[in-house]
Amino acid sequence: MENSNSDHKAKLLEIRDLYKAFPLSSGLLEQLQFKKGRLVRNRESVKAINGVSLDIYPGDALCVVGESGCGKSTIARVVTGLLRPTSGSIVFDNERIDHLPPKQQLPYRRRMQMIFQNPYASLNPRMTVRQTLEEPVRFHNPGIANGAVKEKVEEVMASVGVDPGWSNRFPHEFSGGQRQRISIARALTVDPEVIVADEPISALDVSIQAQVLNLLMEAREERSLTYLFITHDLSVVEHFGSRVAVMYLGAICELADTATLFGTPRHPYTQALLSAIPRLKLDRPAHIKLKGEIPTPIDLPKGCLFQTRCLYADERCRQERPDLKKLNSGARVACHGVEENRIE
Amino acid sequence: MPILEVNNLEVRFPMREGELIAIRDISFSIDRGERLGIVGESGAGKSVAAFAILRLVGRPGYISGGQILFEGNDLASLSPEQLRQFRGNQITMIFQDPMMTLNPVLTIGTQMIECLQTHKGMRRREARELAVEKLRSVAIPSPEARINQYPHELSGGMRQRVVIAIALLTDPEIIIADEPTTALDVTIQAEIMELLLELCEKHQVALILITHDLGVVSEITQRAIVMYAGRIVEEGPTRSIIEQARHPYTQGLINALPERTRPGQRLNQIPGSMPTLMQIPPGCAFHPRCEHVTDVCRTQVPDYTRFDHSRVACHWVAVQEQTSV
Ligand SMILES: Nc1ncnc2c1ncn2[C@@H]1O[C@H](COP(=O)(O)OP(=O)(O)OP(=O)(O)O)[C@@H](O)[C@H]1O
Ligand SMILES: Nc1ncnc2c1ncn2[C@@H]1O[C@H](COP(=O)(O)OP(=O)(O)OP(=O)(O)O)[C@@H](O)[C@H]1O
Ligand SMILES: [Mg+2]
Ligand SMILES: [Mg+2]
Repeated sequence: MENSNSDHKAKLLEIRDLYKAFPLSSGLLEQLQFKKGRLVRNRESVKAINGVSLDIYPGDALCVVGESGCGKSTIARVVTGLLRPTSGSIVFDNERIDHLPPKQQLPYRRRMQMIFQNPYASLNPRMTVRQTLEEPVRFHNPGIANGAVKEKVEEVMASVGVDPGWSNRFPHEFSGGQRQRISIARALTVDPEVIVADEPISALDVSIQAQVLNLLMEAREERSLTYLFITHDLSVVEHFGSRVAVMYLGAICELADTATLFGTPRHPYTQALLSAIPRLKLDRPAHIKLKGEIPTPIDLPKGCLFQTRCLYADERCRQERPDLKKLNSGARVACHGVEENRIE
Repeated sequence: MPILEVNNLEVRFPMREGELIAIRDISFSIDRGERLGIVGESGAGKSVAAFAILRLVGRPGYISGGQILFEGNDLASLSPEQLRQFRGNQITMIFQDPMMTLNPVLTIGTQMIECLQTHKGMRRREARELAVEKLRSVAIPSPEARINQYPHELSGGMRQRVVIAIALLTDPEIIIADEPTTALDVTIQAEIMELLLELCEKHQVALILITHDLGVVSEITQRAIVMYAGRIVEEGPTRSIIEQARHPYTQGLINALPERTRPGQRLNQIPGSMPTLMQIPPGCAFHPRCEHVTDVCRTQVPDYTRFDHSRVACHWVAVQEQTSV
């Protein structure tokens, strides 16, 4: 069952009916078009997020997966306040935060920290490791005593395996895995409740991925953290996630407990995705090939967003966009075919 | 006779601090139609080895030792023109980034036709027809229309399929694919891998597949080589490497994968990270991370211990073998 009592538990983070479009910055002349004898200005945009609602409960490790460009990073950036939504809202601990002025957002920024894919870009090259770790503590606790800052930083360094000998060195002196460890330490110094991690291990080697993933799992236990974890690596999701949201073209097509999703994937896109994971054991079922070409988020398909590539699409799918519907297993699936029992 | 044989290949990069040895003692061979995987972490020397096989090591690097034999002939004895013909006709390389192969200002058709004109001396009409046919063979929809498009008008997955079509134009006998799907989504990766597999089987093309993804190696290759800090540490049939790796590094790499641990449990990590070329430790390069380390590992580079179909460079394995005999 998908979080059987989840409907009664207090939500920590809610994404409500989120839309995000990026206007395409073409010149004015390119935007002008003749339509029915009149000159009109035609503004195109990339529809990155198209109606996403997600509830995240304390202690969740909610993983968001999907192919490149489906809007995973955009969700992370809207949730953490780096981008404003086009419409919809973000609610943290029962408080709507997306429309707050920056100053009032500050306490929520502390409680929700972000870790990025590229530990090279997210650390300031001119700050030592110690400065990097102390800065957020001072920023979020104005007037804090030096001793208290030091104590906090040392506690976190010890718990995530940042060697005290690294303190006075600069980011470029470290390997990718070590830098990611420093970014994680940095996020933890301000005692966040939620970590939004955007592909935190994708740039790392296999042997280092295991180290960093272990670290994130330990931190989850020890600090009762909640994760919004973005990745395209399904074997990591299967290992790390408590729940999974599968995205396609800026919308969620399936949302379920990890075991349910991997055991009985229902959406045709989820099925195709899982069938494509390369495995060590050779008992993977045959790869399900999708048809057609990946549509562009500039011109969204009519009806179901997935219909142009779906093997089961019919007239209804081409006209009407399906909502997420809850199945007996607790999984939520946006598919007319599943709802009508046309698809196993 | 194997189609390609590499003996004791070594590549060096002269640096201010002295010469760095990027790969050393690389020896292996591959048969017609065989699929060989090369795995290892970033910086292990996989790409340097691939380029060295084509005798294309970028300056200031140079091949400082060893031999590459194609059908028994030493590539070092070829003239630059013969070498160029060899690279175009018998062997071909597919890169991670399709734009390494594609020219952004030329249509796909122009690039394919030029290639056939230079390497096969074909006429334009004939070349165009063959190009369309090759595009169709890699499942590019409506190839007659696609051939007039520029690379940027195609998706990443389609671009990589075009690169494979170009690689196939001259009917090569060996394809070296260096992380051909790393930048692509899993669904597209699966398609491209199936395509490569089919080609090898149908046309007896030998494939050297470089990747850091052990799942891909497991599904596609018959034999695998594991590299660490510039050296081959283990070689053997893919199934036995995956199911009963002997080198502690290979074991560690496989056991670190999430699918080797129950969901939610702590993963089996290898401590530390691979050294850079500047700081390769004496003895066995893996010894600082190895749980079986002994004194000899700290001072002596291990020789290969040979088994029926495999070999392993590890003192610990060698000792176990001796005591079990
Ligand atoms: N600042 C921006 N301006 C215009 N378009 C953008 C911007 N940021 C993202 N996009 C577009 O929005 C869509 C979603 O992008 P996003 O980065 O969220 O995808 P993603 O799922 O994170 O992909 P990846 O797996 O490649 O990281 C893409 O089509 C992308 O090109
Ligand atoms: N032009 C160069 N000058 C100096 N050193 C180089 C040069 N090219 C490669 N190297 C070094 O050679 C070593 C092997 O590099 P190589 O690119 O073969 O690694 P790789 O196994 O292909 O890694 P990846 O998985 O990241 O592609 C690295 O330490 C690299 O820094
Ligand atoms: Mg992203
Ligand atoms: Mg490489």
